[in-house]
Amino acid sequence: MATAVQTVERETYLNNGYSLQSWLLTRDHKRIAILYLISITAMFFVGGFFAMLIRLELLTPAGDLVTSDTYNKLFTMHGIVMVFFFLIPSVPAVLGNFCIPLMVGAKDLAFPRINLLSWYLYIIGAIFALVSMTLGGVDTGWTFYTPFSTHYSNTHVVGVALGIFIAGFSSILTGLNFIVTIHRMRAPGLTWTRLPLFCWSHYATSIIMILGTPVIAITLLLVALERLLHIGVFNPALGGDPVLFQHLFWFYSHPAVYIMILPGMGVISEVVTCFSHKRVFGYEFVALASIAIAVLGFLVWAHHMFVAGISVYAALVFSLLSYFVAIPSAVKVFNWTATLYKGSVRYDTPMLYAFGFIGLFTMGGLTGVFLASLGIDVHVTDTYFVVAHFHYVMVGGMVMAYMAGLHFWWPKMTGKLYPEGWAKLSALLVFVGFNLTFFPQFVLGYMGMPRRYHAYPPEFQVLNVMSTAGASVLAVGYVLPMIYFVWSMRYGEDAGPNPWNAVGLEWMTPSPPPTYNFEETPIVTWEAYDYEHLPEHDEEVAVGH
Amino acid sequence: MASEEHRQHVIAPSVYVGIWAILMVLTGLTVFASYVDMGDFNIIVALTIATIKGTLVVLFFMHLYYSSKLTKVTVIAAMFFLFLLLALSLTDYLTRSWMTNPMW
Amino acid sequence: MATSDIEIAEHALQHHFADMDQQRETTTFGMWLFLLTEIMFFGGLFCAYLVYRATYYQAFVEGSQAMNIWLGATNTAVLICSSLTMALGVRCAQTDQRKLMVILLVITMLFGLAFLGIKAIEYHEHWTHHQFPGPNFSFPEAEQNGVNPQNVEIYFSLYWAMTGLHALHMVIGVGLVLWITIVGARGLFSADYYAPVENVGLYWHFVDLVWIYLFPLLYLISKKHGG
Repeated sequence: MATAVQTVERETYLNNGYSLQSWLLTRDHKRIAILYLISITAMFFVGGFFAMLIRLELLTPAGDLVTSDTYNKLFTMHGIVMVFFFLIPSVPAVLGNFCIPLMVGAKDLAFPRINLLSWYLYIIGAIFALVSMTLGGVDTGWTFYTPFSTHYSNTHVVGVALGIFIAGFSSILTGLNFIVTIHRMRAPGLTWTRLPLFCWSHYATSIIMILGTPVIAITLLLVALERLLHIGVFNPALGGDPVLFQHLFWFYSHPAVYIMILPGMGVISEVVTCFSHKRVFGYEFVALASIAIAVLGFLVWAHHMFVAGISVYAALVFSLLSYFVAIPSAVKVFNWTATLYKGSVRYDTPMLYAFGFIGLFTMGGLTGVFLASLGIDVHVTDTYFVVAHFHYVMVGGMVMAYMAGLHFWWPKMTGKLYPEGWAKLSALLVFVGFNLTFFPQFVLGYMGMPRRYHAYPPEFQVLNVMSTAGASVLAVGYVLPMIYFVWSMRYGEDAGPNPWNAVGLEWMTPSPPPTYNFEETPIVTWEAYDYEHLPEHDEEVAVGH
Repeated sequence: MASEEHRQHVIAPSVYVGIWAILMVLTGLTVFASYVDMGDFNIIVALTIATIKGTLVVLFFMHLYYSSKLTKVTVIAAMFFLFLLLALSLTDYLTRSWMTNPMW
Repeated sequence: MATSDIEIAEHALQHHFADMDQQRETTTFGMWLFLLTEIMFFGGLFCAYLVYRATYYQAFVEGSQAMNIWLGATNTAVLICSSLTMALGVRCAQTDQRKLMVILLVITMLFGLAFLGIKAIEYHEHWTHHQFPGPNFSFPEAEQNGVNPQNVEIYFSLYWAMTGLHALHMVIGVGLVLWITIVGARGLFSADYYAPVENVGLYWHFVDLVWIYLFPLLYLISKKHGG
């Protein structure tokens, strides 16, 4: 810190042009990441708004807040916004975009203009979806099952489907960019086995993005064509097969859930190593587990269709394959836990979220294994058991990982520290609120309460009230960071290049980084997570400030 | 500075013309074969010829034969995942008739 | 000429790449990945085709009788020729033969437009015979042969969707080749910088590849009635 006072402010990506044009026409991956951050935060609150209305309705057994048609729209739009416009882009588009070029020692992603295009496609898709929702919404469920979505629903299916279609291309382009960058833009000396696990996770995620998303794109296109032209490819009354729609839909949408967890797992690998001040246990296993999840994730989609009318022989195959996909996830959980052993653990906010992740993801994942079992699934499918399962992995897992990552890299992105006390409080509120919201739903589902119903028998009320109360706490836990993050940008303490004493190329450049990331291309001579040699290797690095 | 590496993909025109000729012949062959009644084999013959044609286009017109291992793995991955979509969907459709109460 | 070619190439080098080789390898890899997504995009339609052909084989036979095999075969030949001229055009870019490159690219475009023209003729035929799916669909030959016309409509839904999507990609391809031709005529490409031509070529060949499968699957199902 003992630098002479400079009359000219150090150039960073934030002060390199203040005009709207310099932001909206930027090619800088860091600025694009910030654009995404603002957009997906807005969409998160839209999705949260729908969730709030759902939970308010479910306070009482009678369907008295909204009509059943409106309720159908609420859970549909909650699902669509949260899945397609929040979770899928969240970590990759914000943290991946920001960190991956830094982590590989590059000046930018491989295709900066395509990166910007990707954000515009996301925005256009979101506008289509939001306008359709404002004009009356859509009530088919985020799953768009036919023939209801193609022939019988009287809502704005085409508009929303188009929005998702366009946003899908945003996803594809992001994935394409990441794969090419990780293959071709690594700094000298950065071999595959020295890559941060965050990059491995995003590589695996990108494989899913580019292979799976096109299939849902063509499927939604067919749905729109059916709706507009009254053809019958998915309509049994006209000779079509509604189950074919489900095969095509879930071929993407199951791997999509791995898009919605792998990046979070990448964050956890970074956070757990940093705050244990220790190399990750079994680096190769964690890296390969990411790839295994991506590949195996494509083999299991019909476990969403066990009661849809598929052949029971196919169901057996998919059930067996679904058990296998749990294995690499378990490997990761064991390895993170082993990383903690004999580490020097600090309990900063990112680490608190990481602990939350490991516990809650494990619970969500295990209940997923229950659902893979045909015998159990037949009873709990379409009940709150499933709802609880996927919220445990998506919210208890991914959203917590996203929060961990935001807190971890916030100082790098903004050059400011957030207030630790408030952050820890928020993390606690999120953890308590989350469990209070969703644990009762496991019980409700097991007891038989169906999902997507706005009225329920009175014996389910107590658990529903608990769930709604939990949701209120959870909401506070999510609003607080909004406030203190914004506050920190103005009043936060200056962060310095490496406030966490972490290993990684992104921590060897100033906070916030200059537009071109590094003064000189770094040359990597150390292994990943080289925490044992942390003091020495700072001098070995050929990076200037 | 033009390096030697990127000059390696320059292929003689005669190779392209040769591949073109084979493709034209195969097109004629596939039309001819469709007039011969081979029962269930017709589709197999048609797809085999199409695959040979496709392979030639990918290997020589698209230079995959001369490309890096990474590119080759990428193409194989694409084929593999498409195969997964088709094959695993078929596990449903081909076995529905095995059930005592046909759903279809 | 060599000096200005290198100057153009250096100007075309984007700042985040170390050198032209890295840029070329990267952009080509990016194009291959994009084509991979296109394979999965069409793949969904091929999956639907597979399932319905297996289920409604007779209806598919019926529907394909309405296809004009000779127009289809001609179109296949047209695309193969266009792939030849495209490949030769890329080679010209690699070997600094600008004039010949432009000629070959123009011929490629003409072949592409010929394909679209023949397709338009076919589509017109189908349209006037009420072979477009929807409320106006009619296929009298089906009932005469004991086949449910509803199932023939599914065949046509897939026919229009698959060939329509393919035709859309052809239009985009012609546009891309046009762009390459214009900037290529102005001397943008050389042995030091030809990656865009190569990548447009990859896209073009891919569109040809899809047709190589569409033709037998849609046109050559069975000659039961002698075509």
